[in-house]
Amino acid sequence: MSSSVIERAVPEKRVLTTKPRPSDVAFRATLNVMSYSSLLILAAIGGFLAFRGFGAFKENGFGFITHSDWSSIVDNSGKEVNTFGMAAMITGTLIISTIALVIGVPISVLTALFLTFYAPEKIKRALVTVVDLMASFPSILYGLWGFIVLSPMATYWAKLIYKYLHWIPFLNVPSPAFERSPFLAGIVLSIMIIPIVTSVSREIFGQTPLDRIQAAYALGATRWGMIRAVVLPFGASGVVGGAMLGLGRALGETVAVYSVLNIVFKINWHILYGYGGNIASMIVQKFGEASFTEKKALLAAGFVLFVMTLLVNMVANTVVQRAVKSGK
Amino acid sequence: MSTDNSSQPNSLAGVAAARHREPGSAPLGSGLEARGVHAWFGSHHALEGVSLDFAAGTVTALIGPSGCGKSTFIRTLNRMHEFIPSAAMAGEVLLDGKDIYAPGTDVTKIRLQIGMVFQKPNPFPSMTIGENVLAGLKLAQIKSDRNKDELLEECLTRAGLWQEVKDRLGAHAGGLSGGQQQRLCIARSLAVNPKVLLMDEPCSALDPGSTLRIEDTISQLSKTMTIVIVTHNMQQAARVSDYTAFFLADGGPGQMVEVGPTNEMFSRPKDERTENYVSGRFG
Ligand SMILES: Nc1ncnc2c1ncn2[C@@H]1O[C@H](COP(=O)(O)OP(=O)(O)O)[C@@H](O)[C@H]1O
Ligand SMILES: [Mg+2]
Repeated sequence: MSSSVIERAVPEKRVLTTKPRPSDVAFRATLNVMSYSSLLILAAIGGFLAFRGFGAFKENGFGFITHSDWSSIVDNSGKEVNTFGMAAMITGTLIISTIALVIGVPISVLTALFLTFYAPEKIKRALVTVVDLMASFPSILYGLWGFIVLSPMATYWAKLIYKYLHWIPFLNVPSPAFERSPFLAGIVLSIMIIPIVTSVSREIFGQTPLDRIQAAYALGATRWGMIRAVVLPFGASGVVGGAMLGLGRALGETVAVYSVLNIVFKINWHILYGYGGNIASMIVQKFGEASFTEKKALLAAGFVLFVMTLLVNMVANTVVQRAVKSGK
Repeated sequence: MSTDNSSQPNSLAGVAAARHREPGSAPLGSGLEARGVHAWFGSHHALEGVSLDFAAGTVTALIGPSGCGKSTFIRTLNRMHEFIPSAAMAGEVLLDGKDIYAPGTDVTKIRLQIGMVFQKPNPFPSMTIGENVLAGLKLAQIKSDRNKDELLEECLTRAGLWQEVKDRLGAHAGGLSGGQQQRLCIARSLAVNPKVLLMDEPCSALDPGSTLRIEDTISQLSKTMTIVIVTHNMQQAARVSDYTAFFLADGGPGQMVEVGPTNEMFSRPKDERTENYVSGRFG
């Protein structure tokens, strides 16, 4: 018996094929090109920035991200002397983005909670439209509004904050100059990130399982009690993800920040004080009149911003996706 | 409906007769009373004129084919009905003689007195077993002067779960079996010390073993509180309830056809439709 088992012929596995129609082939190829092209463009931009900026990285070494001097001067002998350090711009960017998150995220979460659990249907629809519209507004309008309308108010608030909270180190100022501060830029940015953070939060809050909501209510919970016990634990990771998407936007925002911030190459931890740093705005400010070498340094700066934004967005996407999937 | 009921309707009555207690054997206040309750979902009239008394300390089973308004009715009893956006109601529900729909009533206070257990076990997954049991106190912001550990043990014991979880109160509730989760949900509703417990098909998502354990729990609880249970299992109705109310939607809105002591409902119902239903001829 066993010999017959050994001798049993095992047929060769067949290759399963089909002859696709030409139209199908063409369609699939188009889709492939489309979907890979965005990846390709991204890689191309990153590659271009890294390649062109390479010189600046090489000349300045680590100093490029740890120093704050940025100068390109021609000395007496006609030679160009360059120092490029981005420390003030990097810290400035992070500070302003943090301010934007600290102000923007709570407003967004409360707005999302209001839209999901409190607003009557009509108001809800109107507000959602408005918030979505906010997202599509050109940044220059935020910039102009920030400069003309918000600036005087923010200066007033800054003075108030200073008056009562100046004992907190970063809320102190060396001299009473409150205009064009990181604080103002942060407020403008916070308004710009509210739409994205709100809509991600709303999405996730809306997915809170109904049986848990009912369980809370059946235990005599108030609406706020229910939100704290059920909605916030459920939505927390989604909110974090939304905030990081907002951070991704805040890091790269250019025109709006450029309109309201006094850009100076010196690290400023006093957020109410009238100068700060921002990579994107700095590039815009310098690029027009930059020498060939300085242009390279600006491209290198662009690369730093590119990497920062990419990292934040990647983490954000993972967090949001996990939040949506786990549905815990 | 399970078919083995139909062959022996009398045994159901027998079970019910053995179980039957006279109302008032547990003097616990004046109970719950529905008077002419109607319910709508938008323009859909789902429930028509249900009047039903739940004497304190009794167990009442609500039976009837699916879609006849049992869930809708039970949800009007603790004002959970109004969570559905288009929902409306008419009539009165009296708790200890006071209308729970009266203007100026704090709904959250009503739900503290009338607890509810749902069809699908729904513990809070982000909380531990212990936190789940005490969640009601926190949610309703009740300052209980009782010792938390004592309360925890008491609620879990009454829900018949203490022995199984006493060593892992800090574990997350998601790790429990379906039946354990349901008993946890019962324990959770007991912690705020309600007078009435509403249960909407609490066993329909559970295996037979877990079902029997929950029925035990219900029998124990009925000594100290009023219980209303929706069930599509008539043997369960016979096993756990003192009274049974039969609901039916005959094309129109759901109505209560008949209510009576459970043994009578299963042995000699007054209405022919009840007879047909309990003998398994339809439904
Ligand atoms: N959320 C709802 N929206 C609209 N109609 C509903 C809703 N819930 C129940 N109904 C309707 O109300 C009637 C009674 O339903 P229900 O009370 O759930 O019945 P049962 O619990 O007896 O099976 C049914 O006709 C059902 O379609
Ligand atoms: Mg039902």
